[in-house]
Formats: sequence, C-alpha cells, structure tokens
Amino acid sequence: MHGLVNRSIQCFVQDNYGQPVWVEIARQIEIEVSGFESMLTYEDSLSNALIEATSGLLDKPEDMLLEDVGTYLVSHPNTEAIRRLLRFGGQTFSEFLLSLDDLPDRVRLAVPDLLLPNLELLGGEDGQFELRVGGPEPRYACVLVGILRAMADDFGALAFLELENTSDKVPIIRISLLDSAFSEGRSFSLARPTANAPEPQS
Amino acid sequence: MSGPDYIAVPVMTGPVGCPAALPPVSLDATSLQRLMPMHLVLSQDGRILRLGRSLRKLRPDRDLEGEDFFEVFELRRPRGARSVSELLAVEGGRLSLNLRDQAHGCFKGVVVPMFESDEVLLNLSFGFSLVDAVRSFDLTAADFAGTDLAIEMLYLVEAKSAALQESKKLNQRLQGAMIAAEEQAFTDTLTGLKNRRAMDHVLTRLGADGIPFGLLHLDLDYFKQVNDTHGHAAGDEVLQAVAKILVHETRERDIAARVGGDEFILIFQKLADVTILSDIADRIIRRLEDPIPYGDSRLRISGSIGITTSTQNPAADPESILETADLALYASKRAGRSRATVAPVRYHETRSAAYRTAEP
Repeated sequence: MHGLVNRSIQCFVQDNYGQPVWVEIARQIEIEVSGFESMLTYEDSLSNALIEATSGLLDKPEDMLLEDVGTYLVSHPNTEAIRRLLRFGGQTFSEFLLSLDDLPDRVRLAVPDLLLPNLELLGGEDGQFELRVGGPEPRYACVLVGILRAMADDFGALAFLELENTSDKVPIIRISLLDSAFSEGRSFSLARPTANAPEPQS
Repeated sequence: MSGPDYIAVPVMTGPVGCPAALPPVSLDATSLQRLMPMHLVLSQDGRILRLGRSLRKLRPDRDLEGEDFFEVFELRRPRGARSVSELLAVEGGRLSLNLRDQAHGCFKGVVVPMFESDEVLLNLSFGFSLVDAVRSFDLTAADFAGTDLAIEMLYLVEAKSAALQESKKLNQRLQGAMIAAEEQAFTDTLTGLKNRRAMDHVLTRLGADGIPFGLLHLDLDYFKQVNDTHGHAAGDEVLQAVAKILVHETRERDIAARVGGDEFILIFQKLADVTILSDIADRIIRRLEDPIPYGDSRLRISGSIGITTSTQNPAADPESILETADLALYASKRAGRSRATVAPVRYHETRSAAYRTAEP
C-alpha cells in the first residue's frame, strides 16, 4: 500500500497515543522505529500487520480504528495540509460532498501513484446522500466515514453518517445532512497561512 | 452601478464554423457577473463604465467607476498602450497588464468590442499571480467564475508543495542514511581493499585477543609524479594495480587496507617472523616496480615499507604499533626509498637503536 496510508496510521498513533505505543507497534511488526516513508510503497501484508497490531494494542476494532484515523487526518493540527486540500472541494458541506466524485482524480494530480477507491455520490434530495465506495479495498470506507464526520464539523454542518458494509457488496456510506449551518465551523481562506501556522480555530 | 442593466455582448463571427449572421447575445448584469466576475466595460476614451464584483476587491477603498482605465492599469502588452484603439489592435485581443501601484501582480486579459457600440468589454484573470492575489485581495472561491480553474490551481499548488516537502524529507533522510552507511563501511571504494576503519577494527581485535601478527606499512614511491604527469585517472589505475598485487601477496585471513592516498597497511595474522615478513616486503616492492601499462605509456612506481610485529611491541596499543611501523617506513624513505625496514625490537625503549634496512 502507498506509504501515505501507512504513514497516516503511524502519525495517528504517535500524535494521539504517544511514541512508546508506536515503538511497541514497530517492534511487533518488525520495522524500524523511524517507521514508514510517505513517498514509498509497501507490501499490503505489512499494512495489514500494522492495522492488526495497532487495533490489538489500542484495544479498538479495526473499523473504529480506521474511522479514528480518518477523523485525525482532518482535525489534528499536524495534518492541517490535508484539511486545507479537502476544503478546496467546496464552500459548503454539500458542495464538498458533490466534489467527492472528483476526489480520486484530485489526489492523483498531487500524488500520481496514490490510488484511492472510486467514489460515487447519489441522491441529494432532502439532504439524503448515498456514497458508494468502489475498489478492492473496502476498509477505505471506514477511513472515509471518519473524514466525512470531521469535515461536517469543519464546515459547521450537522450530519448523520452510517456505513453499510456488507461483505458481498460495495460499501455504502449513507449521509443525512440535517443542518448545513448548524455551527460556525472552522474558517478557511484560499490563501495559505504563512510559516505553516495552522489557522486560528473559530 | 452606472450603465444599462442589459448589455449586448458581441458574438464571434468568422469563417471557421461560425455562421456570420448569428444575432448578437444580450446578458443581464447578474449573468454577466456570474460569467465574468473580473470584467470591465470601457468607454471609447478609456473610462471605466462598469466592472465585475471581484475586481472591486482590488480597490475596496474607492470606486473605480468613472476613472481612467489607463491611470489605474499599466499595459505590458501592448507595452505602454494608452488608448482603447491600441488595445483592440492587438492580435486576438490578448493583453497583459498590472495595477500601476502594484507592479508585481500581472493580469491576463482579453478585450473585445461591444455590439454596435464604441464601448469595449475586457475580461481579466490573475494568471500566475493568482497565489499572491488571493492573499493580497482576500479572495474566496465565490470571487471566481465557476469555469475558472483558479481554485484547482490553488489546490494543485498546495498539494504539490506538500508532496514535494514529503519528497524532500525523504531525500534528506536517504542522504543521511547514505552518509551513515559510508561511515560504517569497511571498504575502500576505489581499490576494493579494506579502509582505515576496517584496519583499526582488526588491529584492536587482534590486540584484545592476543593473536600475534606482523604489520607492513607501505607508501608508494614516485606516485605523485605519475599523478602529475599522467593525471588522476592514471593515478587511480596505479592504485588499482597495487591493490591487485597486495591481494595476491596476502592470504585470505590477512588484511590489506588502503589507509591514505597512496598508503597501505598489511596485517598478517599469526605471522610475526620478521625474516618471512621481510621476504614478503621485498617481493611486494619487486612487483610494484613492474611497469604498469596505461594507454601507450608504462607507469613506473616503487614502494617503501616499514615492518613491525606484535611480538616486538608486546604491550603496545594499536596506535603505537602503527607509529612504530611508520617510523620504520620513514627510515626506508630516508635510506633512499624502494626498500623495507624492520623496526627495532621494543622500539619505545631503544629509540636510538639502529634500523635494519634491507635493499630489495
């Protein structure tokens, strides 16, 4: 799997649970403590071992772990760049949802070898959306649920999300947008904050 | 806003696939704002009659309507233009311009005449100054036309610089790892012999284990002349030829190391007999004196050697063993080069003892 995927999980552990937990995971899956390089590609088996070891050590089911990773990617100050890139998708949460169809192409523009699942958004009437997550790796859907929950907060929208993950079908995320202006959300300016400082939280 | 609520926008007429007789298109102000939030309508004499909402952000403190376009903007292409007719004369109506009081930001523009009117319609975009412009003018996604790729460009700039930053970090780590690996390496990359690090390592281990050994310190003679006369490539060739000789004259368990530009150290494990070591040294010197073919020329060198053994320095640490060998080597050089010298027994206590220098 792409190093960015493994690296995300590593940073999630280090930032949220501390270095000692990461050291133990690295020991269990027999890699150096320095961990993964974002711009290299690793064997899928290593990514699987990483997820399994992390899930075991944090005592968290894999789907919950991956959802937390998704939330981390949007909400942690260290991953501000990812939140900003996602915010380019639209000015409101529903615009952002509509831009998800383009997300894999957008990502490929930046990192050509990072292949994300095909995303297909259906519906939209009465704030009811259905997001189909294609591709061979259904676990992306769990990460996506975490990303979408955090993005809803970021836009200040109140949304209810549910993952329908049956083994024989493509995973479907059902999204009910209850209030697109529920809270103020976080500010976003097209201009990049200088000196890599995160924007002030509103 | 001054001017009519409806303006007639010209349509393209021409021979290529466009019927010349198409009727003109009219747009209301709202539609025009949506299509071109960065447009200007100029009168024939260059007054700004109306402008798009995003352009208003360039001068939030004042109303640009009624001002002279050529006082607000400076034309780069056509350079120094001061009249509407000059703008219209440009091929394809393509313009390049900047705000007079802000020379660094450059706009791209296209100008077209209005239908049955002396007025012209000018549409602008930020071009490459987009990144600075969103910061300077506090622009949001709503300030750009839906078809404008500005947001995509901003996205790309950020995504690419994030990816580049990751790649840079990786490169730095790889470079660090390479330097560390080189420091830890035991091999001299030019000759394939062991390096000084490896030699120090072996010497310390032999000392610690109390294994007897003989040590030859070889310094090439006339190597500098070869380098000066034939160049560094020839010098490298010589060093590689020397390495071959040294490998040939040592056993599997012995160590041949290049420890300086043209300095070598040979360590013979469990061989501390100075007579045998002297024979080996003489043989090496003879072989070094065989001319080395290089292109059309034959390179000639020789070597001076200092010999010592662990039994001669029973309590000595690796450093002083090397020093002993070095002094013996110096004696060979002083005695006229191309020879081997055995260091006197227990050198430290007999600093004045005569060196036994042998002609090869």
